[in-house]
Amino acid sequence: MKQANDVQWDRRELLKALAALPAAPALAQAQQQPPGAAAAGADGAALPAPMLEVGVPRKEGVLKVTGAARYATEHPQKGMLFGVMVQSTVAAGSIESVDAGDALAAPGVVAVYTHLQGLQLRAPQPYAAGGAATEKFVPFQDALVRFNGQHVGAVIAQTLEQATHAAGLLRFVYAAGPAVIGMDDPQARQQPLPTATAQWGDAVGAMARAPHCVKAAYRTPREYNVPMELHGCIAQWQGDELTVWEPSQWVGGARRVISEWLDHPIEKIHVVSPYVGGGFGSKVAPHPHVAVACAAARQLGRPVKLTLTRQQTFTGYGGRAATEQQLALGATAEGRLTAIVQEGWNETAIDDINVEKCNAVTTTMYAVPHLSSRHSLRAVHTVNPSWLRAPGENPSAFALETAMDELAHRLQIDPIELRLRNWAGQDPHHRIPWTTRRLREAYAAGAQAFGWSHRNPQPRSMHQGRELIGWGMAGGTYPVRRTPGEARVVLWPDGRVEVHSSGADIGTGTYTILAQTAADALGVPLERIQVLLGDTALPRAPLAGGSQLANVLTGAVHKACMRACEELTLLAARHPASPLRGADPSRLRVHAGMVGPADANTPGGRVRIDSLLSLAGRDRLVAMGDTFPAAAGEKEKDAADQTFTQMQLPTAGGLSAHSWSAQFVEVRVDEDLGTVRVRRMVGAFDSGRVYNPRLARSQWVGGMVMGLGQALFEEGLTDPRDGRVLNANLADYVVAVNADVPEIMTISVGQPDYAATVLGGKAVGELGIVGVAAAISNAVFHATGKRVRELPITLDKLV
Amino acid sequence: MKPFAYMRAQSLEEAMASAAEPGTRLLAGGTTLVDLMKLGVEQPARVVDMTALPGLDTVHVDGQRIRLGALVRMASAAVHVDIVRLAPAVSQSLWRAASAQLRNMATLGGNLLQRTRCAYFRDVQAYAECNKRAPGSGCAARQGITRNHAIFGASASCLATHPGDLAVALVAFDARIEITGRERRLVAVRDFFRIPGDTPQAENQLRPGELITAVEIPLTAGLQRSHYLKVRDRSSYEFAVVSAAAGIVLEEDGRTVRTAHLAAGGVGTVPWRLPGVEQALMGRPFTEAAVRAACADASAGAEPTAHNRHKAVLLPRVAARALMAAGGMA
Repeated sequence: MKQANDVQWDRRELLKALAALPAAPALAQAQQQPPGAAAAGADGAALPAPMLEVGVPRKEGVLKVTGAARYATEHPQKGMLFGVMVQSTVAAGSIESVDAGDALAAPGVVAVYTHLQGLQLRAPQPYAAGGAATEKFVPFQDALVRFNGQHVGAVIAQTLEQATHAAGLLRFVYAAGPAVIGMDDPQARQQPLPTATAQWGDAVGAMARAPHCVKAAYRTPREYNVPMELHGCIAQWQGDELTVWEPSQWVGGARRVISEWLDHPIEKIHVVSPYVGGGFGSKVAPHPHVAVACAAARQLGRPVKLTLTRQQTFTGYGGRAATEQQLALGATAEGRLTAIVQEGWNETAIDDINVEKCNAVTTTMYAVPHLSSRHSLRAVHTVNPSWLRAPGENPSAFALETAMDELAHRLQIDPIELRLRNWAGQDPHHRIPWTTRRLREAYAAGAQAFGWSHRNPQPRSMHQGRELIGWGMAGGTYPVRRTPGEARVVLWPDGRVEVHSSGADIGTGTYTILAQTAADALGVPLERIQVLLGDTALPRAPLAGGSQLANVLTGAVHKACMRACEELTLLAARHPASPLRGADPSRLRVHAGMVGPADANTPGGRVRIDSLLSLAGRDRLVAMGDTFPAAAGEKEKDAADQTFTQMQLPTAGGLSAHSWSAQFVEVRVDEDLGTVRVRRMVGAFDSGRVYNPRLARSQWVGGMVMGLGQALFEEGLTDPRDGRVLNANLADYVVAVNADVPEIMTISVGQPDYAATVLGGKAVGELGIVGVAAAISNAVFHATGKRVRELPITLDKLV
Repeated sequence: MKPFAYMRAQSLEEAMASAAEPGTRLLAGGTTLVDLMKLGVEQPARVVDMTALPGLDTVHVDGQRIRLGALVRMASAAVHVDIVRLAPAVSQSLWRAASAQLRNMATLGGNLLQRTRCAYFRDVQAYAECNKRAPGSGCAARQGITRNHAIFGASASCLATHPGDLAVALVAFDARIEITGRERRLVAVRDFFRIPGDTPQAENQLRPGELITAVEIPLTAGLQRSHYLKVRDRSSYEFAVVSAAAGIVLEEDGRTVRTAHLAAGGVGTVPWRLPGVEQALMGRPFTEAAVRAACADASAGAEPTAHNRHKAVLLPRVAARALMAAGGMA
């Protein structure tokens, strides 16, 4: 079995794992038996190797790289029309008049929609109020302009070119009103968030008495998700049934929001999202242009395809809000934290709410006797900001882990040692034990792989040629979120097995790990398993976000398979055509794709699953599984499918469940030029049990690359007069490109955490980015002696 | 996007005749024109594709010069063995520009005619004021965000930065542009580009009915010992914050500067030659200290805005580093 596992590691992964072996038990772990996996039998030859924890390639990979995977807007329908949105060009005020004459007269134009020639759309229920929507805004319902780039019109035409042309002819006259452009504007209304406040001990008093204190303000700018796949959809009505092809991280939520917009029964709405070309939080809920497509298709009686332009994606929905944190750490000379005082805020829309909870990590990471942390919102004229990879934890870790580095430098203590001296043996906020916390192992494995012990702690002490070299590290964490979900397995007499769930694979590998789960539970080869996802016709599942779906659905699929196995043993024992008829079903089991005696030494026949189904005359065997509490009824199951209300807190059950990480970075800074180049990155992660090391690595690497861009490049620039986004394209909104990305090593230090989730995994995808910006900023400080507390660390801040 | 007629020119004469007509734009690689048409900045009534014109896609090198046809793709010029060997700064300026995909499409003639990345120039919907787009309408950038705008050559009417890299190298090494119209003429690249003054819409010396047919770069010792340094935050696919094309010729003693070539990008409304630095270096020892001293005043006369002072700080350093690299000083 060891051999089988080793073969699956590509050479690079293997070398890395071996390099980290003394500290990181990644390989050793891969040999542990997961529950429900086929146990060893006497006849070793028939033993199927467990598939979970093996780095099998992405199941849909070939489809994607050959272009055969059809994304949302690649489902052309007969008679389809094309929609193009028009966005406002002032930040606030109202629309005084509209001249739609030229647009309506343009060739091919079928309809023009504005607040005057309207589409009736209802406001959806925001997620915080028990719904699924990430913004309240609905286009065309009034003349009010809330932000620059707000949808104010739409043109529907026979072709995309005609719609695009006519959209340029649609003219608006605005009565511009006073606008609050950014959160530093004194007019920005500050609204404290009691739900994001944490307080224990006497932090202010303890801070005043603290022998040492570091205190600073940390800022992050507006950042955008910019997935490669633009936001676009196709809406098609057949009678009163609506089908929407929409790139969605959550078809159940999409369906709910669409139903509310249109005031149409939810069961008549079908949302399809088999593939998503990047979402990073921006495709959790459908955004207002989808409402326009659906309502226009209804009104015009023809399918409508509507895609935002790249520029429109910067205001068609929000990215990460700009944030500021004023953070003070008090400590003893030995580096023991005595107090943390934090005041933070993020911008939000003028009439809507988005929370980028800047104290998410602050209250979790370290044992501190006194803490006071408050978070507020500042309302400005912007599209409502939304989620971008690790919302909350991301800016929170940037500030806290930079501040810890400042403290380490002040006290001349190694940054890892400082963190160990403040080790939180339990959740410091909720005062309950962790499920698992292998953060020490992450520090150790990362440090060893990186060579941290060779670091000269003195800033500016390392250089090569004209480049200063800096080594920085930071910790990270992400909670284990758990919204229950369900899955179905269908066993066919021809040997195929299907796995069904509405959960979306947003490129993370859900198709693959669910096939691996079913392969292990049934002992059926991977290639006979087909996984169907991302469709509201399939069993209910929560959003693919918050790093929860892998754990939810592997659990549900595993349970569905266990249920199928029970039915198979009953069928084998009871059906007159079964070779095992008359056997005691409790002494039968499903193993290696066969039903046979539970005890391998017991004589007696075995029968293949597919043969048994054929013999018994069954056209299929269907079994459901879910991760709901036993008491959950249909109402709760629908709510989990369509809202956030069923999401279990990481502290549910009296244990605190989180993933943990340690990031290590080497930068080279050319001080003449101010340029920072990241030369090495090592991330060590405790994500619990890793279902597929290849795919988990891909998620971690993706997060680290995204964090690199966040640290060094990404910044939404707005005009201070009118709030217009000035770099709404991929040339001027700078994300990391291949040339910026160095060799990245990832190490798994996790062990199965069955207190966290059914099959022992914890959060993976969001975790990869948490702490990366801090590690880079700490490395820049180590290289240059300059502390940059406002992201991104562009060259103008270093020259 | 406004509807337009499309035709393919079969001969140079046909292309010139088309180019003379109002509302016509010539299409080569399309990487600038199509982008600007999608934005509504360019709204030609007719697009004449010149990519089928014969004879404009060759590189010719003789003892005196490199002659590059206007339709040579950036990617092919960047890797051309003679250009790499005889004009390293030109090769580097090409392959550090844009992205691989763009370089595969874009032509040299088109590259020289690419237009500024000024966000206000590019955003037709939101900003009516742009003297470059709509002469006399004003300049939205002046009071806006000017982080990427020019510190040299700006006027009250326009401070948009020239975005090019190749043009910077060509200016540094006294290249000429061959313009074909009713007559064929050679214009020094440094004279080809016009500072905005009161007419920022007139960006170059091309007259109606004329088109760029070639670029000629004189082969010099300085060109052969040259370097293009492009400084930006991202390692690739980003416009220069500051760039410099530099060349160094040493006396026979191997230590004294005979001549220096230097032009900067990212800082001017046109590629910005720095003759003061070139002269200051002549006869000086080729040492880091001397090079830095000669470059110390490179930003003299610059007029930075509140948002782009770093360009003025960077320019002397970038200039010095480019010169040092050109002369083989690590």
